Amino acid sequence: MNKVTFKIDLCKGCGLCVNACPKKIVLLDDKQINAKGYHPACVLEMEKCIGCAMCATMCPDLVIIVEKGDK
Amino acid sequence: MVVFKKPHALTETPFHYCPGCTHGIIHRLVAEALEALGLEGSTIGVAPVGCSVFAYNYFNCDMIQAPHGRAPAVATGVKRADPTKTVFTYQGDGDLAAIGTAETIHVGARAENITIIFVNNAIYGMTGGQMAPTTLIGQVTTTTPYGRKNDVQGSPIRVCEMLSTLDGVAYAERVSVDSVKNVLSAKKAIKKAFEIQSKGLGLTIVEVLSTCPTNWGLSPVKSLDWVREAMMPYYPLGVYKDVTKEGEQK
Repeated sequence: MNKVTFKIDLCKGCGLCVNACPKKIVLLDDKQINAKGYHPACVLEMEKCIGCAMCATMCPDLVIIVEKGDK
Repeated sequence: MVVFKKPHALTETPFHYCPGCTHGIIHRLVAEALEALGLEGSTIGVAPVGCSVFAYNYFNCDMIQAPHGRAPAVATGVKRADPTKTVFTYQGDGDLAAIGTAETIHVGARAENITIIFVNNAIYGMTGGQMAPTTLIGQVTTTTPYGRKNDVQGSPIRVCEMLSTLDGVAYAERVSVDSVKNVLSAKKAIKKAFEIQSKGLGLTIVEVLSTCPTNWGLSPVKSLDWVREAMMPYYPLGVYKDVTKEGEQK
């Protein structure tokens, strides 16, 4: 399975990854507040991830690591 | 298999930029280009004055911080002292097009083999949103509260077009980081600029249209839309000069 890992404490909650995701599975987690005081980005439905890395390409703060699983 | 992670050419220091500021993307693109060309260990960068003044904390290569606008002059000295090194400056629009206009033009006139990464966001960021030379007509800033007027403040400077008229400029391209597609083409442009520098053909400049959500008063996502809708019509993307292609056209 494809996997997206967020370094939560680097996230500034700008939402550029939310806007970039073609599957619309990246969202800002309003139940969580990180060390910087923002709602960090997260993915709840990881099985829908296609591993395109568009979220990571648009992330200005290098929060996201994208791993593509074997088919 | 990891398809995306932080490049080695960036340090572990978190960026100090405002949320949604595209400086972070441009830093990463420069680092990725250096890494792809294997130049990390032999590169010297010159940081400007402005929001990106702390660039020396973020790049994993040797860095110098220059006085305001003087990054191309400092880079000239570095390159002439050791021509084997790859030298780049990373400058904003206030640094490059206002305070450092003379340095920018003459570094092109002298055909120095350096690369300028020019981040154009049409406003002064660090000082609090004043008008920059690249501020668009009608754009509201703290020093143009009724919008920039052509008959009072003059018209915005198109740096790539201006520099491409100089014989010493080898490569001038304007790119943007408003979408995934444009980020990827920006990365190609920066890589190409470093390749041309290593051939010693002259000055290379990549102008990157960037955002300033804080001082524009827009959300990060709306700022990207503003780059597309307001900036791109005045600052068209494209290659303005490429000496490596000139032979092919003739």
